[in-house]
Amino acid sequence: MSKIKAENVNVYYGSKQALFDVSIDIAEKEVTALIGPSGCGKSTFLRCLNRMNDVIEICRVEGSIKMDNLELNSRKLDVVRLRENVGMVFQKPNPFPKTIYENVAYGPTIHGIAQSKEEMDQIVETSLKKAALWNEVKDRLDEIGTGLSGGQQQRLCIARAISVSPEVILMDEPCSALDPIATAQIEELIDDLKKEVTIVIVTHSMSQAARVSQKTGFFHLGKLIEFGPTDKIFKNPDNQQTQDYITGRFG
Amino acid sequence: MNLILVTFIILLAFTSYYFGRKKALVIQSSQRLTALPKFYGYYLAAWCAAPALIIFALWSVFEPSIVKTFILQDYTDQNLTKNELQLIYTKVKALAAGTYTGNITNFLDESANKYIQLKGIANSAKVAIILAILIFSLSFAYRSVQKNDRMREPVEIFLKWVLFVASLGAVLVTIGIVFSLLFEAIRFFQAVKIFDFIFGTHWYPAKTFVRDGQPDPELMKDAFGAVPLFAGTFFIAFIAMCVAIPIGLLSGIYLSEYAGRGVRKYAKPIIEILAGIPTVVYGFFAALTVGPFVKEIGNAMGLEVSAESALAAGAVMGVMIIPFISSLSDDVMTAVPQNLRDGSYAMGATKSETVKKVIFPAALPGIVGSILLAVSRAIGETMIVVMASGLAANLTMNPLESTSTITAQIVVILIGDQQFGDPKTQSAFALGISLFIVTLFLNVIALSVVKKYREKYE
Repeated sequence: MSKIKAENVNVYYGSKQALFDVSIDIAEKEVTALIGPSGCGKSTFLRCLNRMNDVIEICRVEGSIKMDNLELNSRKLDVVRLRENVGMVFQKPNPFPKTIYENVAYGPTIHGIAQSKEEMDQIVETSLKKAALWNEVKDRLDEIGTGLSGGQQQRLCIARAISVSPEVILMDEPCSALDPIATAQIEELIDDLKKEVTIVIVTHSMSQAARVSQKTGFFHLGKLIEFGPTDKIFKNPDNQQTQDYITGRFG
Repeated sequence: MNLILVTFIILLAFTSYYFGRKKALVIQSSQRLTALPKFYGYYLAAWCAAPALIIFALWSVFEPSIVKTFILQDYTDQNLTKNELQLIYTKVKALAAGTYTGNITNFLDESANKYIQLKGIANSAKVAIILAILIFSLSFAYRSVQKNDRMREPVEIFLKWVLFVASLGAVLVTIGIVFSLLFEAIRFFQAVKIFDFIFGTHWYPAKTFVRDGQPDPELMKDAFGAVPLFAGTFFIAFIAMCVAIPIGLLSGIYLSEYAGRGVRKYAKPIIEILAGIPTVVYGFFAALTVGPFVKEIGNAMGLEVSAESALAAGAVMGVMIIPFISSLSDDVMTAVPQNLRDGSYAMGATKSETVKKVIFPAALPGIVGSILLAVSRAIGETMIVVMASGLAANLTMNPLESTSTITAQIVVILIGDQQFGDPKTQSAFALGISLFIVTLFLNVIALSVVKKYREKYE
């Protein structure tokens, strides 16, 4: 079933066009990987899905992006509600310089989700458990989140993202700053999370895309070159450019 | 004479730079150089200028006191005091320069001739020694250039020492100032008990003034109580901060988080211009515009307002300080990494929530630092207070009355004729050092807070 349906999305940074007529169907409760060489527009596309491009003054988005029939690229959209539903994990772990507890409780607090202290404790605990971090931090929830290791910080950010029970999580190269062990932990986590949420992940690692995703989209120079089941893209792509990129002949 | 000598040394240094570089190019034709040709030039120039200038400086420092000792040797048998000897020496010098107008005794005349003679010897000796040093050090340096010794290291070491001496000079001057403050203050505290100074509530140094005599110790006890001044200083600084902190912080937040690039580009320099206005301009603005305005408003409301009020001075000082807070807090908030903002926005936080919950707390140490720096600036501010808040050291907490500050009182004490040994004059040093201690304390806290903030992100 389709969760997000993008049609003819064009993005401009000032006068420079970054995305050209991107149309894509992102299926519910699956992992969709976006791959492609640097500067190909995959992160730009990802940021359209939770309107993070609003932060960039000169950025302009055209086209239609529908999530469950709700038009995302509309002035009337309540961006706060959208971002409650669409969480995001960034390339570089970015926990707030607050305690671990406060980091996870941040979303529920600003959206008024928890009614009581007990409920908040519960949300923090389940989020940290889902992010496979609970056992490592349960005795030091009042320590500063930025004091954790890189992999732990990234899992803390995932816990923060899932604390408001989003339907979609966007991940922008979540493992590029992590070592292989932390990367394996995050990938395992992605596998678990997809039972409940739709995940869109941008990655530079072809093997990671192959391991975690069900669908893969290949971007090049702002265009979506090919999109399809991961197996097919990696074993038998239709497009020569995709073939070349995956076999490492360019990019 | 001295000017010619120094110019000669410097010109010679420049010449030897070019000479050394040229020599390096000659060496290059037969063997590999140990450094770039310019290092050969620097090497020669440094050896030429440094020893000669150092000797020159030492000579100039010690020559006068040596000459003085020689001259005054003839007077040692007359049992004169230090001051009388000093007077004689001044007379001798004046006579030698031909500007003496008093009675010329034989003895003085003899001394003056001796002085001229000594000076002449000293001058020729100086020139001779410096020329000898120049020849010696240049030939030494030239020989190592010829041997193509390693050139880079000596030049780097020399530069390191030049930089070291420059910073040493700055540090020594600071220490010197602190110690001179300290010693004068100690002399003041010999006349006035430190307890009376710190806890006394009356500041009226003028009443201790007695022509040609020692002031009455009973009077002294009650004239140098610094409490009204400390109270006035902190009170006016407090009023200033009441104006500067809200406006400065809010405009800092606006500039760093809300303002578009275009607005920021123009608004920030305009606010910073406030910091560039000379304080004396703020002073007469406070005295001639804000002061009467406050008085009129107060009178209209049926309040008794002094024409020189703490409120006017504090408010204008606050305006002066706004850019310190807004500009610095803008800087520290802008320095909060963008990915923290992204993280907050991606959670669905609004701009104001992000500012309140993420950016402001993350930047708080830096903001506190900027506020403390602004406070120490407010405490040290003089001109505005002198002009707008009056000079009477009232102990009051009423912003509509006039009050005075430490800085303003120092001005009052030191303008006009002074007797140096007078406790009234020395009290300026005591005030100065207490002011110094307060602002030093604030600066140390501010810097350590800012440092802590830096450690968090770097």
